[in-house]
Amino acid sequence: MALDRWIAMIILLICLAYGYAAYFTMDDSLAPFMRRNPIWPSTFPKILSVMAIICSLLILLGFEKSSGEPKPTEINYRRLTDYKLGQAIALLGLMIAYALLLRPAGFLLSTVSFLFIGSFILGERKYLVMILASAIAAGVVWYLVDRVLGIFLSPLPMFLANGG
Amino acid sequence: MLEGILIGLSTAFSITNILMVVGGCLIGTFIGMLPGLGPMSIIAIMIPVAISIGDPSAALILLAGVYYGAIFGGSTSSILINAPGVASTVATSFDGYPLARQGKAGKALTVAAISSFAGGSIGAVLLMIFAPALASVALLFHSAEYFALMVVGLSAIAAFAGTGQVIKALLMTILGVIMATVGEGALFNMPRFTMGLMDLQSGFGFITLAMAMFALPEALYLVLDPSRSKTEGGTNEIKDLRITKAEAKAITPVIGRQSIQGFLIGVLPGAGATIASFLGYAVERNIAPKEEQEQFGKGSVKGLAAPESANNAACTGSFVPLLTLGIPGSGTTAILLGALIALNVSPGPRLMIDQPEIFWAVIISMYLGNVILLILNLPLIPYIAKILAVPRNFLIPFILFFTLMGAYIGQNNSTELLILVGFGICATVLRFADYPLAPLLIGFILGRMLEDNFSRSMQLYDGISFIYERPMTLGLLVLAVILVVLPSYRARRARARAEGVADGD
Repeated sequence: MALDRWIAMIILLICLAYGYAAYFTMDDSLAPFMRRNPIWPSTFPKILSVMAIICSLLILLGFEKSSGEPKPTEINYRRLTDYKLGQAIALLGLMIAYALLLRPAGFLLSTVSFLFIGSFILGERKYLVMILASAIAAGVVWYLVDRVLGIFLSPLPMFLANGG
Repeated sequence: MLEGILIGLSTAFSITNILMVVGGCLIGTFIGMLPGLGPMSIIAIMIPVAISIGDPSAALILLAGVYYGAIFGGSTSSILINAPGVASTVATSFDGYPLARQGKAGKALTVAAISSFAGGSIGAVLLMIFAPALASVALLFHSAEYFALMVVGLSAIAAFAGTGQVIKALLMTILGVIMATVGEGALFNMPRFTMGLMDLQSGFGFITLAMAMFALPEALYLVLDPSRSKTEGGTNEIKDLRITKAEAKAITPVIGRQSIQGFLIGVLPGAGATIASFLGYAVERNIAPKEEQEQFGKGSVKGLAAPESANNAACTGSFVPLLTLGIPGSGTTAILLGALIALNVSPGPRLMIDQPEIFWAVIISMYLGNVILLILNLPLIPYIAKILAVPRNFLIPFILFFTLMGAYIGQNNSTELLILVGFGICATVLRFADYPLAPLLIGFILGRMLEDNFSRSMQLYDGISFIYERPMTLGLLVLAVILVVLPSYRARRARARAEGVADGD
């Protein structure tokens, strides 16, 4: 089964769950006076779930042929291991680590290490340039966001910031 | 109209707004030039900045500047290194790159700059004429018609956006609308589909979704396939920017025709700059005399001028449905709509009456932006082209960092970053399987308005009778069905015919 039909199946399952919630569980908490309204919170989701289920079934059952040969400009997922998959996964992991560390480690430290490790993963080895570029970028962005735009970004690790 | 132009002039020519135009054009040109980064990612990255400016006209001027700057930058990289940064400048590389290889890169860039300028300016004039007329019609619309109009817009996007796979595009659109129903709606005072998670109470963040749908997959594609950002083989010598009188005479009618055609294509929902540029190229090749037809693809100035004026005019044209109906016709204008909503402006026919300064300032700033792109970029092109040499090892971590920052300062919440990464992975997988992503985002942005208008009409008519009691609503809904059914019917028939005469393939 091709990837697009697997995806259609996953979407179908999501839509079934969504439709189940819209048809059977959502209306239970509705106040009696609201039941006289012609439109309930679940009305629109009900319509949507039916349409989405029909569409995903059509794709799943192969009513719409996929375009066959992948375009040369696009990435062929069947040969995914030919590409730099490791780098991509490592960068995604780095992004998750950044998300988790942003608050506890502070903006400056986590950003400098994110940019440094990111270019390291991609194969850059000019350490001095990497450190300088990351530090300058982190400093400038922090200044712009925190001071110019006025959105608070805690710059230092939690244990150094007083009252953080 | 004169009064409007004066309002626009006085708003657009404030120091901040001029700075916004200049800054937007420069940023757009710079980033649009990097191969593999499209205008949607750039605008998505710029949105948090635009929103925190706070002034809607300044924000829209900035984002519009980024938009046409990106298209312009894309044409530069198409011509110089045959690596279009933007889909709508692919047609530019057909004739632009051969010209550069012949050592006429300077001439090619000049032709491109002049055509873009003319296309953008003619587009802005047409926008000024069309938009008020369309808005005065749209004022007669009722919420039922709005609902129907949005359905038409969404089906047109589904019909034209996919690579001939209408059902996939339709499914993506519906999925977008479904995602918009998560969280607390305006009409019903209850959270829906939040699964008890506090973080979903206010729904999915629009910036997060825009980043996850466009910027992150594009960055991941660049990582996966290094050849996409290849910058070797650039012709570094750019000299002799002048064009001859004969060439100027040859491209003038092309620019005129393609600006108008491109604008009209841009107005249609779902079409847009990419289709306009390819169609413009094809039309000009077909109507050219025999001996000139041979030149197309080998370095014809006409073949370069056509897609360049068409795509810029189409960009301007796509602002018509956005500003008059509040319905975006493309992914880029959908992102702009999202930004406007975040700034408490609801685009639509009332925009011209309630906040004329926004409407007219945007139009005037378009002229200004075009002039700036012309005078700023022509002398600077040789230097700007140097940015093409930025190593990807530094570029990619920075793109990823800016997507993260955008999602973070939008919501000030690090859970948002995890949502961003999660959706980004989903979007990349969807892109592998050839599911179009723009319909999903447009569905998401229009979803809430769609439901609001639907609910309002249901309440007014006490049921779904508004569909058959209002002829205009019915007509629009029928049109929507035709838009979706017709392409798939024709594709099936074409396939059946192809199978009938199968030659073993």
